[in-house]
Amino acid sequence: MPPFLFWFFALMTLGFGAGVIINRSPIGSALSLVLSFIGLSTLFLSLNAYFISVIQVLVYAGAVMVLFLFIIMLLDLRAEERRKINVVAFAGGAAVALALFVQVYRIIGALGAARQAFPPLRSGNTDDVRRVGLLLFANYNLPFQIVGVLVLVATIGVIVLSKRELR
Amino acid sequence: MDYFLIGTSLAKIAGLLAVVLGIMNYSVYAERRISALIQDRLGPNRVGPAGLLQPIADAFKFLLKEDFTPGHVNKFYYWLAPCLAMIPAIATLAVVPFGSTLFGVPMVIADINVGVLYVFAIASLGVYGIVLAGWSSNSKYPFLGGIRSSSQMISYELSLGLAVIPIFLVAGQLRLTSIVRFQIEHGWMIAPFIGDWTNIGKWLLAVPMLVSFLVFTIAIFAETNRLPFDLPEAETELVGGYHTEYGSMKFGLFFLGEYIAMITGSAIIVTLFLGGWHLPLPSWHGGFHWAVVNGSAPGWRGIIGGIFNIACFFAKVAALLFIFIWVRWSLPRFRYDQLMRLGWVFFFEIALVNIFVVAVIVAYISK
Amino acid sequence: MAVTVRRPKLNWSERLYLPAIAGGMAITMRHFKNMLLGRTKVTMQYPEERWDAHMPEYYRGAPALVKDASGRERCVACQLCEFICPPRAIRITAGELPSTDRFAKVEKYPYEFDIDMLRCIYCGMCEEVCPEQAIFLRKDYAITGFTRKEMVHDKEKLLEIGGVMHGLVLKWNEKK
Ligand code: SF4
Ligand code: SF4
Repeated sequence: MPPFLFWFFALMTLGFGAGVIINRSPIGSALSLVLSFIGLSTLFLSLNAYFISVIQVLVYAGAVMVLFLFIIMLLDLRAEERRKINVVAFAGGAAVALALFVQVYRIIGALGAARQAFPPLRSGNTDDVRRVGLLLFANYNLPFQIVGVLVLVATIGVIVLSKRELR
Repeated sequence: MDYFLIGTSLAKIAGLLAVVLGIMNYSVYAERRISALIQDRLGPNRVGPAGLLQPIADAFKFLLKEDFTPGHVNKFYYWLAPCLAMIPAIATLAVVPFGSTLFGVPMVIADINVGVLYVFAIASLGVYGIVLAGWSSNSKYPFLGGIRSSSQMISYELSLGLAVIPIFLVAGQLRLTSIVRFQIEHGWMIAPFIGDWTNIGKWLLAVPMLVSFLVFTIAIFAETNRLPFDLPEAETELVGGYHTEYGSMKFGLFFLGEYIAMITGSAIIVTLFLGGWHLPLPSWHGGFHWAVVNGSAPGWRGIIGGIFNIACFFAKVAALLFIFIWVRWSLPRFRYDQLMRLGWVFFFEIALVNIFVVAVIVAYISK
Repeated sequence: MAVTVRRPKLNWSERLYLPAIAGGMAITMRHFKNMLLGRTKVTMQYPEERWDAHMPEYYRGAPALVKDASGRERCVACQLCEFICPPRAIRITAGELPSTDRFAKVEKYPYEFDIDMLRCIYCGMCEEVCPEQAIFLRKDYAITGFTRKEMVHDKEKLLEIGGVMHGLVLKWNEKK
């Protein structure tokens, strides 16, 4: 991927990521998040990780965010938009975010690996779907199954909870 | 920079877009004519010979109408929504192989190794256009349409995704061109016994493949909001559904986006189940067998073969479009609870069981 | 009173719905095929094909003024039709006949006679009320125009549509 495309999509990811918190209207935030995901998936694409990139869009942008939007649409949004900006809270939040950023920056900077260039990508097509599948079902089969059971339990739990609410 | 790649890609994009937009216009015409014939009417037959210029007149009508924006809408999203409805439908076409080769160039715009997943990913973005249209219109019928649409699309995406897994089990590939190639060598997905007539396992395989084909096709109907699943725009209940507040070309984008989605859906069905651009022709080279016509032959025979393959692909798409239209004018609309029940209780389960059946057959019987 | 409609019990083949769907599709396909083969009696292609020959005797089309066999405009500008016309479509300006005229004893004639065809409801009251058998509803139905002005039929136009009518009572003729 040419560098200018990398910069474009990286800035897109970050910019719309910032848009999620800056935006006053929840719908705007949700859509910024979608665009941020799309930028992210494009960055994966530049690493030849087609599978992850497509799954990123399919799962997050295509399914999760649609549900989010669905819920947001059912809420009364006006209250959020009318609220005044609380300067003190705003400054506090910004300070915390800045502190976190500095920390992350320093930690990554301290790592040896971050100081040298990454090895170049292997060219040609990697069959990444097969690799992810093998890794998941051969090496990490037990954790995968456990996560599956966990998700199933969570699903049943949600159904039970929502049913009780109805009655 | 690889100028040859860029040049041919641009040419392919332009060509495909031209063909698909042409098909789109004429599928609107076909819809009107076929619906008329089914209802013992004649349909548009005045503009040009047999009404063939009607799409052009329609386009002018859309363009020349006043582009009115109601005062109570959320302007930015109101303008954004029609574009979001159109773009995903077109972008999906990028990975569909619509021909073999022409002048040695493979007839697919982007041959990525997760082709089918890409299709689903982009198609799942299509719901944003509808949801935003419904929400930004600030009016109750569009809103109901938007909500119906998002829940319907999410529900049917599941069956859609599950219904194609048998194909991957059989073909062992996600790349669409490889799936087409697999079908040429081992028989189309809905008829896996072709070329291997004595293998009982292959005949057994045909049954779950047919089920999978039906579930997939029906889910595509639901994804494209076509009758009998047109709940989001049910005219009789919701005025016009999510595009009630739209007029002029903005409405046109929704309207035509639906047809593009239909074409894309048909193209995916053709690629996954009906052998893509492949049409077996009988030939005789010391024994009767099916020949593969494609563009790899030298000279003019290759060119004719390539063009023949492209024509073949679009003919299959057109046949499916006819079925889309035919179904629309035959079946009544579902009730909303029936729609949800059908999606979650029937198709979901059928597709799930189908995966296991195919897995067992592929692993143990049709070796 | 609430009536409970008993739903019919469906057996399993009916519950599958697929046979019913196939049946419905077959019906529409049959109609499609019959239309394509031209077996179904179809819509009339209006401007080229017309139903004129089958128009009933009592059809009421555009109102028109007539002349009698001797070429006299029959209207005497009594303005009864102007008064009776429910949507006020008729406007008459009466004029005086010169004393040199053969029918000078009639005294009045319509100097202007306009019927606004955008207002006319084809009720036939004018024909019914006219004491002179001067105005009749003809069988013309394709009254079109590009402007509002075109849609107002003046006397000339009305006489043109009406033409000459025979067999009317000729009460203003000289005694023989
Ligand atoms: S037909 Fe009726 S409406 Fe028309 S001009 Fe005569 S009286 Fe008036
Ligand atoms: S058309 Fe008949 S009713 Fe009307 S003004 Fe003339 S004579 Fe009188």
